[in-house]
Parts: sequence; structure tokens; C-alpha cells
Amino acid sequence: MSPSAAITAREQGLQSCEVCTLVSRPMPGEEAGLCPRCGEELVFRKEASFQRTWAFLIAAAVCYIPANVLPVLTTTTATGSDSDTILQGVVLLWSPTGWPLSLIVLFASIMIPSAKILALAYLLITAQRGSAKNNEQRMRMYRMVDFVGRWSMVDVFVDTFTAALIQLQPLMSVAPAPGLLFFAAVVVLTMLAVESFDPRLIWDAASPKEVQHA
Amino acid sequence: MPDPETPIPPVPSSRAVSRSRTRLSLVWFIPIVAALVGVWVAVTRVMSEGPKITITLDSADGLEAGKTKIRYNGVEIGTITTIRLSDDHRHVITTAQMAPATEAFLATDTKFWVVRPRISGANVTGLGTLISGAYIGLEIGQSAEHTRDFVALETQPVVTGALPGRLFVLKTADLGSLDTGTPVFFRRLQVGEVASYALDTDGKFLTVKVFVRAPYDQYVNPETRFWHASGIDVSLSASGLKVQTQSVLSILIGGIAFETAATSPVLPPAEANSVFTLYGNRAEAFEPAAQNPQTYQLIFNESVRGLAPGAPVEFRGIPIGEVADVRAQVDLKTFQFSTPVTIHLDPRRLGVNILDVKPGVDLDTMRRRLLDSLVSHGVRAQLRTGSLLTGALYVAFDVVPGAPPATVDWSQKPVQLPTVPGQLQATEDKLEDVINKLDKLPLGAIGENARKSLADLDLMLVTARGTLVSARGTLANTSTLTGPNSVQVQQLGNTLQEVSRAARSVRVLADYLERHPEALLRGKKGEAK
Repeated sequence: MSPSAAITAREQGLQSCEVCTLVSRPMPGEEAGLCPRCGEELVFRKEASFQRTWAFLIAAAVCYIPANVLPVLTTTTATGSDSDTILQGVVLLWSPTGWPLSLIVLFASIMIPSAKILALAYLLITAQRGSAKNNEQRMRMYRMVDFVGRWSMVDVFVDTFTAALIQLQPLMSVAPAPGLLFFAAVVVLTMLAVESFDPRLIWDAASPKEVQHA
Repeated sequence: MPDPETPIPPVPSSRAVSRSRTRLSLVWFIPIVAALVGVWVAVTRVMSEGPKITITLDSADGLEAGKTKIRYNGVEIGTITTIRLSDDHRHVITTAQMAPATEAFLATDTKFWVVRPRISGANVTGLGTLISGAYIGLEIGQSAEHTRDFVALETQPVVTGALPGRLFVLKTADLGSLDTGTPVFFRRLQVGEVASYALDTDGKFLTVKVFVRAPYDQYVNPETRFWHASGIDVSLSASGLKVQTQSVLSILIGGIAFETAATSPVLPPAEANSVFTLYGNRAEAFEPAAQNPQTYQLIFNESVRGLAPGAPVEFRGIPIGEVADVRAQVDLKTFQFSTPVTIHLDPRRLGVNILDVKPGVDLDTMRRRLLDSLVSHGVRAQLRTGSLLTGALYVAFDVVPGAPPATVDWSQKPVQLPTVPGQLQATEDKLEDVINKLDKLPLGAIGENARKSLADLDLMLVTARGTLVSARGTLANTSTLTGPNSVQVQQLGNTLQEVSRAARSVRVLADYLERHPEALLRGKKGEAK
């Protein structure tokens, strides 16, 4: 028997705590119980996990478009004002000396959010279709998405810090542009999507159907 | 009530409602809101996109795609998005994204131009562009039709349609120091500026457009004269030195002044784009127009060097006309050169009042009779030097005493008036006369005589030298005679002492005789007593 085809706690009528990982037997008749050790609410599977994750993911995807199309930063100097989108920023930073910074922005602000959305969509689709392949890889992907999510917020922070610091009126001033709001929304929504996705769903498909219904 | 002992027959259990599957989670609200916001942003974005236009320029110097703005009265109404060369590489085609609701700006006759710093003598504009870079300015056209393709003006127009006032067209043969922006003065007040200038297609005249701001444009009427007010107009007259300028500014950079003659009738203001002549100076501008010039010919048998067309013709110092033409002619019969000078006489224009004009009198006949009378009284034309410095000549009519009698032949065309040689010519003649007389003097004989006299004189001088030597000897003798130790001097001293004693005796005798006059008859008596 492969590890992916292992028995799940639910099949055994047991609930595992998401926080302290204690496995406990649910109170009969109760829909939801509390972890006897840490007091966390116990569920077999997160409620409406697919739906919620999809919803957050679609919202994130929708926000991702204006986040990239609209400018994120408006720089006003004596010579005029400039509004740059993220991609324009990457191009702007790209220089013989500044290319590492440019790459960081490219990774953190463009590749990671899009990769996150795609990865989550892949996880959702495979889990819903009951695919039992590459479970460990998918699990690794999930962990990575979870880990990397918060770092995308760096861009937002940099933007807001710059806007707060560079206020040398009338010589130069920097102000956040509407694109930043959408970008922040993308980051938050993907984090929520990751949060609402129950990785245990990956393993449900792995267990044999007859065992599940026995 | 069923017996509790009775075993319950097997009952199918109800199916659990899979709530998680059927209930549509409220979480779907989030993507819907996100989508709505996204759509709203997209819509406002599209709505806020104004028309896209292309502007063709000669040069994109100072323009930057995505940065250069289009401004109207300082308000941003568009941005240059792309800059590319035209297919023939002669022009630059820029695409501009206009702000929403700027359709009204895009009339077919809307003018665009690049605003760059412009520093001319009169004004400094566009200094802000030194820092902010060039931008594109525009003037909204009046046309009702709209377009998306524009060709920018080469230079920024000085006057935009927004300013109240009127444009006038001036024709001049010489641009002088005018430039766009050169001020226009009215009574030394700057009331406008030169908007543009262009050479006429025939290359003979320049068309200068001047803009006169409201409310000063009402002072321009069809009788108004415009003239170059550049520099300083210095005139030296009997009343002293007179310096005429407009302002220090116009001295430095030139200018145009206009004024309406005080004597001109009150006229309604001139229409916009009326055409005026731009005169060289104020005097020229107010020179009365020719009324009825009469052409006459004067033939001078002397050099007319210094006599130019335009030179004045004066009668006893009052201008009555001007020289129209000076040329030479040769008579093939007699092979004689002469210099006929054509003059235009227009005394009425130049301030000669005609008294006692009766209606119905033929002025032509009167003029003939007048000229006949003048000529018979000895009035002749004469070339005179107007300026010793430049040698400029003018034609003067004056009574010349002793002039050979002459009459006017009215059948000629043009009528020829009698002349006498000019003062200069007369002086020259006299000088020649003197020289001729000098020429006739027997200078050779005089020289010979003089030479002989000189030889005699030489001899005389030798003789004189001998005489002088003798004289010196005589003088030496004299000096020995009169020296202090000479006998003669001592004898002279003794003699003088004797004379002195004698004189004393005479005085004593005279005293005695005064007291005793009888002694002359009776002799001395006193001693006797």
C-alpha cells in the first residue's frame, strides 16, 4: 500500500486538530467539537472549502488584472508627474547596475502572485476531480504557496513607505496609485484562498472509494 | 403508543443533507464585488480616455513620449504617447492621448505648437519649460468640423485668439529690426506686438501682421499711419537739436508706432486685417499725399553729382516739389550731352496756400501765367549745395539778377524751365577766371628781372660790407675820444665847471639887478656908502 493511499482520520471517524494535530473522537450528535487539548474548533473538513477557495481565487484573479494594468505609483517631480505600473517599474529598474532589484520586483510582484493563483487553481481542480496522482508534490506546492504568500506584500509596503517618506513638495513627491490597492487585494485574497483551502482534500481522493463508503 | 418491548422494525434512516454541497456560500460575494470593482475601474478608465490625435511636427526636440503634455492656458489636456518619424523621415509624427471631453478643442483649424523657452528682445516666454521641458500649446480653432490629425506650427504664435484686439496687416519694403513680438506703440504706450511677418510671393514687399490689443485697437482707423519707430530720430533744425524716440525699449529692439493725424476727420475704427503701409519714419508717414504734381524738366549743363531723386525743389526756401529723375541724354545731331532733371512740382501739397481762388478759374491757365510771370521776372532754377558734408544738391528757384532773358515754351512735353549755373558752378567759373588771368601774367620776364635785381643786390651787398668796416673804425675812434681818461673828456669837464661858475655869476648879477635895477645906470652904490 502506497503512502498516498493511507487511511484518513475521517475514514476512521476521527478528527484531527489543525493546530496541535491531536486526533480525537468527535462528540456523538455534535456537529462540531473543540479540541480537548488546545480548544481549536474541530471539523472533519473545512466547511465549503472548494467554494470559498474558488471564490477567493476568482476574486484574486479579477483583481490581478487592474493591479497590473493600473499604475501603482505616481511620482511627481518638478519636471512633471509620472505614473508607473508594476511592469513599467521593472523596466525602469532594469539597468546594468540595478538589474537584481529589477528581478526582485519581477519575482515578488509579478511572478509570485500569478504563480500562486495558478498553483491554487491547479490544486483545486485536481482535488475536485479526485485525482490521486502526485499527492506529495501537490502538498509541497500547497506549502510553498502558503509560505510565499505573505512576501508579496513587500511590494505594497515598499510603495507605502516610499509614498510616506518622499514628500519633498514641490520638488518631488510620491503617491500611491489605484493599482496598488488592487495589488494588495490580490495578495490578501490569495492568502485567504490558501487559508480556506483544506489540504486534507488532496488526500481524500487518494483513499479508495470503497473504503470511504464502507 | 407502541409497546416499548416490541422490537422496532428496521426503518431506513434519513439521508443526511449535504449542506456543504448545496448551499451557495456567501463567500461568492467577494469575487462578485471584485469583478464589479474591476469592471467599474475599467469603465471609468475607458470613459476617461479622450480622443487620440496625431500632431505632425518638424522636430521633436525636447519632447518625450509619455511625458510631454499638451496644455491649454496652463491646464493639462493631453499627453504625447508616441513619437515616431514619418515615412519619408522629414517630419515627426506624435500621437497624443487627450483628456476626456476635449472634443471641442479639436476643430480643424486648431493650432498646435511646441512651447520652448523663447527669449527675444521684447519678451521672455516659456521660461518654465527650461525646467519642465517643452510642452505643446494650442489655440482652439473656430471651425465646427473636427479632426484628429494636426500639423503643428513651426513657431509659437505671439498672439492667440483668446486675446481681445485686432490684427492689422502692414506692407513694407524693409523689415528693419522687426521680429515677432516687437512692440507696437501708440503715443509711446505699448499697445500690441508684431504677430508675424512673411515675405510676399513676389519678393517685393513684406507683410507684417501686428496685433493691437483692445481697447487700443479702436484708435486705428483707415487714416492711421504706421511707421518704424526703431532707433533714434535726430534732427537738427533752426530751433535746435530734436531727438525723437518711442521708448528705450524701441531704441534697443525697434518697434512700430501708429498715430492718426490730428487733422484727419473722425473715422470709425478700421476693420480687422485692414492693410496699411508701414512708413520708414514719422515724417514720411505724415507726408501729405501727392495731389496734382506737375512734371517739368530742367537741363543743367553742369555736373549733377549729389542730386538724387527725392531731393527737394525749393522756391526761396519753401519746398514746392521734388526731383523725380536724373539722367543724361545725348543729342545725336549736335553730339551734346546734357543732364535733364525731371521734377515734380506740387506746391499745394507742400504748404503753399493759393489765395483768392475764384471758382471756375482754370488752375492750369493760372499756373502758366504765374510761371511765365516768374520767369520773366528772372526766376531761374539753380543747383545748390544742401549739405557741405555730403555734397547733396537740391534744386532752388530764385530770382537771379542778371540772368539772360528766357521764356517758357509750353508746347514741350515735359515743359522745360530755364536754368542758370549753380552757385558751385559760378564759383568754379570765377576761380577759373582768376586762374586764367594768373596764366596770362609774364611770369618768365618777371623772373628774369628778379634774377637781375638779385645779382645787383649781391654787388651792393659787397660794397656795403666795406662801408661797414670803415664805420666800425670810425666808431672805435669815437670810443677813444669819449673814453673817461681822454683829454677831451677832461677838458670838457673843466669847460663845464667854467660854464657853471659863469652861470652862478650871472645869477648873482641877475639877483642884484632885480633888487637894484638902477645899478644898470648908476652902477653899484651900496659899497660907496
